[in-house]
Amino acid sequence: MATYTLRVRRQKPAEDNDQALAEPYWEDFEVELDPTLSVLDGLLQAKDQQDGSLAVRCSCRAAICGSCGVKINGQSTLACKTQIGEAQEAADRKHPDVDAGGADVPRSNGNGNNVITVEPMGNMPVIKDLVTDMESTHWTKIRRVTPWLLDDGNPPERERIVPPESMVDITQTIACIQCGACVSSCLSMEADPDFIGPAALAKAYRFVGDPRDVDTEARLNDLAQDPHGIYDCTHCFSCVDACPKGVAPMDQIMRLRRLAGHDHDIDDRNNGRRHETAFVKIIEKKGTLDESLLLQESYAQGIKGKLKPSKAAIKGLLGSLPTAIRGIKTGKMRSLPKLIPGIHPKLPGDAQDHVKRIYKHAEEHREELNLYISGVEDDEPAEVGASAETTVENAEERRDS
Amino acid sequence: MATNLKLAYWPGCVSRGFTPELHGSMALVANRLGIELVELDRANCCGAGVIAEHNQELADTLNARTFALAQQTGLPMMNICSTCQGAQSECQQRLDADSAYRAHINEILASEGLEYQAGKDGFENKNFLWVLVEDYGLEKLREKVVRPLDGLRVGPFYGCYVIRPKHRLGYEEHPDRDLYLEKVIEALGGEVVEYDGARKCCGFPIVTMNRETSLRQAGTHVGDAIDQGADCLVTPCPLCHLNLDMQQPEAAKIVNRDLGLAVLHLPQLVGLALGFQPKELGMDKHIAPTQWVSERLSGVAV
Repeated sequence: MATYTLRVRRQKPAEDNDQALAEPYWEDFEVELDPTLSVLDGLLQAKDQQDGSLAVRCSCRAAICGSCGVKINGQSTLACKTQIGEAQEAADRKHPDVDAGGADVPRSNGNGNNVITVEPMGNMPVIKDLVTDMESTHWTKIRRVTPWLLDDGNPPERERIVPPESMVDITQTIACIQCGACVSSCLSMEADPDFIGPAALAKAYRFVGDPRDVDTEARLNDLAQDPHGIYDCTHCFSCVDACPKGVAPMDQIMRLRRLAGHDHDIDDRNNGRRHETAFVKIIEKKGTLDESLLLQESYAQGIKGKLKPSKAAIKGLLGSLPTAIRGIKTGKMRSLPKLIPGIHPKLPGDAQDHVKRIYKHAEEHREELNLYISGVEDDEPAEVGASAETTVENAEERRDS
Repeated sequence: MATNLKLAYWPGCVSRGFTPELHGSMALVANRLGIELVELDRANCCGAGVIAEHNQELADTLNARTFALAQQTGLPMMNICSTCQGAQSECQQRLDADSAYRAHINEILASEGLEYQAGKDGFENKNFLWVLVEDYGLEKLREKVVRPLDGLRVGPFYGCYVIRPKHRLGYEEHPDRDLYLEKVIEALGGEVVEYDGARKCCGFPIVTMNRETSLRQAGTHVGDAIDQGADCLVTPCPLCHLNLDMQQPEAAKIVNRDLGLAVLHLPQLVGLALGFQPKELGMDKHIAPTQWVSERLSGVAV
């Protein structure tokens, strides 16, 4: 048994208006429990023994139901899946003199440890204390992506048979328990509340990747064209760290981009595909990034190529001009090669030819390794999808040697 | 002094493109610290996650090539860009996880006489920040400081790729990797400013796709740091630098407030403490004014 201080961010409905909330405040609860028990156990002890009005949502206590999403020491997660001893270790790594929560209240709890902060999830409204409104953000966004299977309208007599390997790809997204931890952690959504967000986009991939769904192209087009869709994700990995089930929502968003931009050639109005194809092409030609060319090609491939630049692209290009002019003034972009698209040097010697060869090889194969399925340990090489062939070859080589 | 740290050095694209001051200051600082850098001049772009978004195998092969070039030198590899660190670690994890996949990729590298071998001689690819703390050592760094950054209030800005996802970035062995910037700032004699944005995203990856969401992130973090009394930010990521510094005047318009906060590359902050002049470190090439930092330090004799 050990003693822990939980510093909980609390907020109650206003006394004179039940539609509004009173000012939030921090309250410390000292709890005593085994370090291997969970932060949720600590919260429930505080509720049971100290203040029955402390509001926290929970049910299964075993990381299955997805009810107890909170932020612990700033990290979005499930309260039931976080051992309180580990939460203490994480809290103690932070500077004790700096306040955590209440103004000028130091993080140290006075007993040689720091307080463990517990806050409601972010990016969604608070109902009371640690209970957030999942409906207005999370569920609305989930419904936005048509989260059900759209079949061909001809139901077979029995179940639809699909080859197991075609379902492997979406297994990871099926693991989602709808807890909202990824939504809470999303840094793009902090800046753009309309962003469809990690949970809903992972759910979208669950159906885009499902061979029984017939609306793949329309789904991809919708998510690529929406200014708050797949190209609104900054690739920050916050949702990957937050997810208690290993869904890695950001990886699913990247899969959606791969399908939309490459496999379905969707020329979205957000410049997502143009940026990607321009980037990829430049590295094939030059080996390293020609930033001036990237800007020109991302926005205005139409100036030299077949694509006509969209209004948004022209606006984007013009919008980047003040930045370029400032760069020229300070000398950041003084030298000519950095200013004129295309003058950027290639890799030395025959290195560029080897890069081109790599492109040819990889574009022919397009292998994808899904570590969620095959694992990160190298002991038993995976036999998933396209890599099965090379696995066999390699096994033979190993036998030979 | 005798050189005891020699590394295969991948500077990345941006450090030689729109942030040339990073490449230059790294060279000066490495020299003064006694770190020998062998530049991988044949290596290619890491893909910054964008090539992986197009074709995963292509990104993995391009980075396997870079690792193989580093392994050819027999030295551990160092990068100076959080984004390179993240994109390369992601590919390395896949390459290391599956010998069959690795063999498939090595097949094409063979035409250049290259091979990526997982774990060969304990091969690692580390950002300069990690090298500084784990291999060079903060004690030794402190000894090299000739101009302590006394009273300089510095806000750390990591860049996502060097701190997330935790399962991929060696936290089992090095649990404090998300605290290194604070440790370095203190070792140089500066004062750490705690503010909301230190571990958040600068927004850069979507600046050409959703400019407003992108610059709102950069502007918010710079504003938060100013509100907490920062004199400057420091970052190990040149792409973060593009959004935080180069785009700062545009970000200010989006968040509708005055900004004007100096943003330093990690080698520049170290360089100031080692006695270099701001101009030598290319600080005159920044967009956001750096005079405040220079004035703060100009009174201290070197």
